[in-house]
Amino acid sequence: MSAHADTHAHDDHGHHHKETFVTKYIFSQDHKMIAKQYLITGVIVMGIIGILMSLMMRMQIAWPEEPNVIFEALLGKWAPDGVMDADIYLALVTIHGTLMVFFVLTAGLSGTFSNLLIPLQIGARDMASGFLNMISYWLFFLSCVIMILSFFVEFGPAAAGWTIYPPLSALPMAQGGSGMGMTLWLVSMAIFIASSLLGSLNYIVTVINLRTKGMSMTRLPLTIWAFFVTAIIGVVSFPVLLSAALLLIMDRSFGTSFFLSDIFIQGEVLHYQGGSPVLFEHLFWFLGHPEVYIVLLPALGITSEIIATNSRKPIFGYRAMVMSILAIAFLSTIVWGHHMFISGMNPFLGSVFTFTTLLIAIPSAVKAFNYITTLWKGNLQMNPAMLFSIGLVSTFITGGLTGIILGDSALDINVHDTYFVVAHFHLVMGISALYGVFAGIYHWFPKMFGRMMNKNLGYIHFWVTAIAAYGVFFPMHFIGMAGLPRRYYTNSNFPLFDDVANANVLITMFALLGGAVQLVFLYNFVRSIFYGKKAEQNPWKSNTLEWTAPVEHIHGNWPGEIPHVHRWAYDYSKPGHDEDFVPQNVPLYDGEEELQH
Amino acid sequence: MTAFLTIIIVLFIAVAIWQMVKIFDLAQVGASNNQVATDKDNKINGYLMMGFLVFIYVITILSFWYLGDLPLVSNSASEHGPQIDNLMIISMVIIFIVQTFTQFLLHYFAYKYKGEKGRKALFYADNNTLEAIWTFIPVIVLAGLIIYGLFTWTSIMNIDESEDPLVIELYAQQFNWKARYGGEDNTLGMANVRLIDIDRANILGVDESDPNAQDDIITTELHLPVGRPVLFKMRSQDVLHSAYMPHFRAQMNCVPGMITQFGFTPTVTTAQMRERDEIKEKVANINALRAERKEEIEEKGQELLYEFDYLLLCNKICGKSHYNMQMKIVVETQEEYDAWIKEQKTFKNSLTN
Repeated sequence: MSAHADTHAHDDHGHHHKETFVTKYIFSQDHKMIAKQYLITGVIVMGIIGILMSLMMRMQIAWPEEPNVIFEALLGKWAPDGVMDADIYLALVTIHGTLMVFFVLTAGLSGTFSNLLIPLQIGARDMASGFLNMISYWLFFLSCVIMILSFFVEFGPAAAGWTIYPPLSALPMAQGGSGMGMTLWLVSMAIFIASSLLGSLNYIVTVINLRTKGMSMTRLPLTIWAFFVTAIIGVVSFPVLLSAALLLIMDRSFGTSFFLSDIFIQGEVLHYQGGSPVLFEHLFWFLGHPEVYIVLLPALGITSEIIATNSRKPIFGYRAMVMSILAIAFLSTIVWGHHMFISGMNPFLGSVFTFTTLLIAIPSAVKAFNYITTLWKGNLQMNPAMLFSIGLVSTFITGGLTGIILGDSALDINVHDTYFVVAHFHLVMGISALYGVFAGIYHWFPKMFGRMMNKNLGYIHFWVTAIAAYGVFFPMHFIGMAGLPRRYYTNSNFPLFDDVANANVLITMFALLGGAVQLVFLYNFVRSIFYGKKAEQNPWKSNTLEWTAPVEHIHGNWPGEIPHVHRWAYDYSKPGHDEDFVPQNVPLYDGEEELQH
Repeated sequence: MTAFLTIIIVLFIAVAIWQMVKIFDLAQVGASNNQVATDKDNKINGYLMMGFLVFIYVITILSFWYLGDLPLVSNSASEHGPQIDNLMIISMVIIFIVQTFTQFLLHYFAYKYKGEKGRKALFYADNNTLEAIWTFIPVIVLAGLIIYGLFTWTSIMNIDESEDPLVIELYAQQFNWKARYGGEDNTLGMANVRLIDIDRANILGVDESDPNAQDDIITTELHLPVGRPVLFKMRSQDVLHSAYMPHFRAQMNCVPGMITQFGFTPTVTTAQMRERDEIKEKVANINALRAERKEEIEEKGQELLYEFDYLLLCNKICGKSHYNMQMKIVVETQEEYDAWIKEQKTFKNSLTN
């Protein structure tokens, strides 16, 4: 009876809101459509731009100051005769970092998968506020447009590094990019942060309030735990970056001295007095470090789900996984100083931050070992999503381990700002999070588009990407250990580093290979949207609720009543059941015991 | 040209991948293909996992083989250098062991338990003992590393002024370095960028009325007497810079508006370092590589022949010519140093009119 009433109510609902093209595809308030919008804008478009920039940088590093047709075509006036300009190199460094960290791996990753999965996996009709969700996406879109526009202003985009340390970022006379380009960067980021905060608040409220009957916090899939905690970290730390950006805008435009003092540049003394650039570094990294986990935790959540499903085994140590997510989240807010050991801050503070930083290795190690144990005695289904998840664990270990060198203040003195750092963070957060994005796309593509992606293309995509990723970033650690500083336009003024020049060429080759193989993915992605094999309702035989919803997207997710939840998400290969999976909405049979978590 | 060729090669690879995919697709026509992994896929990818493990090991070995001289871990030239190097080596050994072991488990399990139709996985959700083990082992290892690290850090950063260190100011500006010595009294005169007077060649903003400033000496090369503690006071006039002296395991940011500091004791003179076998080998190797690029290097007007020198590099993004902001460091005997410093002009005498 109640099911009938619900259906009726829903029909009614659909009847009143006739959808037009604009409300369905552009100003949509449906979480599934917004997820797709984030995917296309954040991951696909911004990702392509970000990767192209990194390839141009790599070519410049390998063949410094050589004319290159690609530079001439893509950079125009900033590559006269095809030779890249030193200013634009720094701009590429800056915008590549900004796009990848914020636009692709924060908004793209969380925006796509939190939006898609939170309502579907907790059993909700939509986000708590569909309207805020729509506003969040369109603010994000606006910030993307402004950031890209900054390439077309007279002196080029911001070029002070993605960390935009003042005074370099504050003084237009310090470099070309610190004029209009920097203004646009700050405006874009302020809008981006507003978007991110609206999104995060929505995720938090939805998870707390809209869980279906029986979906207790201890039955939540690990994906949701990860998205939930990520949103909390975002709400805690992004406002601090916003304040830093606003103070920087004041210093730049209204003559205040928050971050500036005693400056003589281009033959004149500026009026600034009493501020400190180190203050900016504190504010920046108070977001900047949690940001690493804003990027990484959703990827780990996605991986937990995919590894369990494709191993046909429960995730090992569910409780420990949740605890480690919480521990990482807490610790991530008290380690920012490890980016500032040699910034001139009191060495005693350095000791404190070394201590808290190295503690993070403990929950991280627990996660890695739990993933490995989940594979043990499983029945592994090697779908592309599974390969990317295993790949993530591999790069997470390789990249994470060098963190114990960088987190150690005494060792950081020497490797700070060298290519060692570049290799470390690209593996542990860049590549790992990107693998999480890819795994998520392959796994939930049928849910998003009702069709399957081609698996063979997926295999080629994974294996070539995996080889390229290690080929690029593994030797890069050694170049860093030769003392080569990052962000150098060319190393040719330092004969000291001539013996790593060949290694740099090899790395660039791997990078180009890795970039090229993304075209395979792009082709697979676009083709599958239109011509992919039609998906079954539950292609991966998964337990979570999104696979109980029909393949065709409907407003409100389930045609009838929302399914109720009777068990956790990881009853794979449970003794006493015929199938090797038991969806969460299947009631316990008489005498069946639920695992206590 | 090389760049162009590479791009062509990459394009060819892309085309090759494209063709391979077509073959894969054609081979599957007719098979019940719902794009979910079959036993055959599991098997192939399981083997590839083992292949990838080998790839990781090979790339590790090759990296050590070709790039393994690790200048940041060997031939340090300061008193605290070996302390950092030891800690670095211990950390690297731990990393190497954990990396080899965990990557093996991950990829081996992925191969060993590749799926087969009809087999059921083990329902194994929890084991507190196991989890306690891999919580406490990292705790113990990290506790050791943290304690060792903090002792090292504290001993490096605590500067003992009673040892009468030689005080030198490192002054950074876009895009070069200056050094200022305290002179006879080993005391730096007061300075502020507001006192800069380009017309009178007071480029560092040294206070002309400060008696301590009169005998200060400003140079564009950094000379250090071997064996004497040096205390660097860093200043910057415009943006952030970082004074990076990799051979001495030393680095500190230069921040406008404040004075930062770092101290160390150089232990090996430039001449001694040049005579070391590893350095000789490295220099010979670099010169062989440079000989291959002779024309290009001479076109740029650089010296073809490389000779080993200690360097101070800027290691914080500071603008357009960040990549070429460097200063030569010479470590020499006390006598050589005394002779050199005597030739330099004092601040008082360097001012024009």
